[in-house]
Amino acid sequence: MTDILLITFAMTLLYIGIANRLTTYIRILVFQGFLLFGVTFLALSQINVANLVFILLETIIFKALAVPIFLNYVIKKNGITRVAEPFIPNFISLIIITLILVITIILSSSIHDTHLDKTFFIVALSTLFTGLYIISTRRKIITHVMGYLVIENGVFILSLAVGNEMPMLVNLGIMLDIFASVFILGVFFNKIGDVLKDPDVNQLRDLKD
Amino acid sequence: MITLFLPLAILISVLLFFNRNKKVNYTLVVSYGILLWLFTIYQFNCPNQLELGFFKSDSLGVLLLVTLSIVAIPALFHGYRYIATHDESRKSRALFFSAMTLLLTATGVAYLSNHIAVTWIFVEITTLSASILIYHHRNAQALEGAWKYVFICAISITFVFIGILFLSLSLKQAGIDDLSFDALQKNYAQLNPFWLKLAFLFIFTGFTAKLGLVPMYTAGIDAKDKAPAPAGALFSSILMNLGFISIYRIYAIVAHTEIRDWANTIILIAAVLSIFVATVYMTRIKNIKRMFAYSGIEHMGLVMLGLAAGGIGVYAAILHVILHAFVKPSLFFQFTQVYRVYHSKSIYDVGNYFKYNRAGAIVLLLGFISATAMPPSGLFVSEFMIFQSLFEAHRVVILFIVLILLTMIIWGFGSNIFKLLFTPPLEIDESRIPKINPWESFSQYALLALAIYIAYNPPIIFVQMIQDAVNLLPH
Repeated sequence: MTDILLITFAMTLLYIGIANRLTTYIRILVFQGFLLFGVTFLALSQINVANLVFILLETIIFKALAVPIFLNYVIKKNGITRVAEPFIPNFISLIIITLILVITIILSSSIHDTHLDKTFFIVALSTLFTGLYIISTRRKIITHVMGYLVIENGVFILSLAVGNEMPMLVNLGIMLDIFASVFILGVFFNKIGDVLKDPDVNQLRDLKD
Repeated sequence: MITLFLPLAILISVLLFFNRNKKVNYTLVVSYGILLWLFTIYQFNCPNQLELGFFKSDSLGVLLLVTLSIVAIPALFHGYRYIATHDESRKSRALFFSAMTLLLTATGVAYLSNHIAVTWIFVEITTLSASILIYHHRNAQALEGAWKYVFICAISITFVFIGILFLSLSLKQAGIDDLSFDALQKNYAQLNPFWLKLAFLFIFTGFTAKLGLVPMYTAGIDAKDKAPAPAGALFSSILMNLGFISIYRIYAIVAHTEIRDWANTIILIAAVLSIFVATVYMTRIKNIKRMFAYSGIEHMGLVMLGLAAGGIGVYAAILHVILHAFVKPSLFFQFTQVYRVYHSKSIYDVGNYFKYNRAGAIVLLLGFISATAMPPSGLFVSEFMIFQSLFEAHRVVILFIVLILLTMIIWGFGSNIFKLLFTPPLEIDESRIPKINPWESFSQYALLALAIYIAYNPPIIFVQMIQDAVNLLPH
């Protein structure tokens, strides 16, 4: 069952590669939050209840509700246009993300480690690289933030892979998640919206040599 | 003592944040300085003591903590001069000193951390406080600098976390679940080399954002440019040292295993590329503050060369980061006065500085000699040892390339500094130039002199402590 959820998660990555509108991105993030909830619920049955509740709260309340609502609010407040404006065509993005998936599968098949669940590993790594890819090929600052959130999801999956033995690391990962997201979204994204209208990375090109 | 220092220091930061009264602000900052020094002296006198299970006052940590405390005093003083000459509001003053003390606290405590997760948490706090300092001026450019810094640091902190996850995977086979540096050092033989490789790669890449190496150096440059110069001084000294100590501790584990050569190759590539990038920018740069920042990239490249070369290079690397942490802040502190004279950072608007502020001009000249490692600079000693270690490690090609790049850096640095010092500027309204008190340059002289003194006549305890830190690596 975890495998099915994780594979669905990998499919959302392909979808995010061809999504055109910002609302689609947000919906994918919501969906990913719920998928992560399912994975956590099934994968981490051995740890204590309080910890489990904490992790579940983080996936549902934080990843699937709070962050998307806030992103929606920011888009509305700043009147950001609805198109994601990638630098390269969606079709090529689709091919590249597929390649990322294939390469991570080939890479991980060369690893022989009985302690590692390979599905977790593959999905985590390809999520990570897809996030980096999205950051580097989209024009708007808000899509950069979304790419970062995708990376965070990947890291979360990776921490689940080691979570049963080291719950401390999962909690640390959640701390990273909440701290960095709140920090990036809350403090700075709001400020950028106030100073620059319809934020575009091209407006952040003053600092150079 | 950490149980006492940490809450008190954070309390002072919070009080500074809420306080609007000038006198209370002075008192709090002075008491913070005293607290920091008491803490440093205590840690210095209790070597290798484990506190709270996560902090250990080992030689390297204490050395860098002493460096931090020495730099902190002029940084706070120049912070006051900066606020006084810029007509700041009470709110921005409160935020400035609150962030400054938080940055000093988090960095100091992170030096002593003996657990990689704890280091990670405090590194994240330094990002938070640093970004407040970068956004001090609240204009579009400061926002851009802060945004880039936060975003790149967030990505690199994620990288470090991924590295920690891989590290825990490499521990799994050995059946250990203690991620403290001591435990890792003790059990290095049982670590799985494959996961350790991945862990090192990610942790190294993540911490390059703080250290200022390729690939994550970019954020630091904008940060040092846009932050007020006293904060820039801290970023280019103690915060870089934080990156160094974090990488050094993880390298000390990797160096015991079979993947040491592999790790050395990674470090060498990053180091040579960093020096190359610094050369490219320093030969054509026109912004003085950014030039100082790129000079920091060059020095950290050299430090990493020494670390990878091994032998005497490791000793030289540690000496180099300490000396660099005295030299670079003095240039940044002096820059606030340069800016007060010309109101510009561009090399095209400045010149003839000797005429307007003689004491400050001599600081810049000495700082230039120190930063380019010409004798009698203290950095000459450490750089010489780094080159020697490269030669002994049979890395002659790399040595050759680096020497050529360094010559170009000296040319670029020199042509800008001498333009600033001697060539008359094109247009300047001399009536508007303020008179600058020579005593404001005193701390810069003291730092530069200290860098020379401890390089040529190091106290025995100082040498002993560096030697202790070097002993973390296998011989």
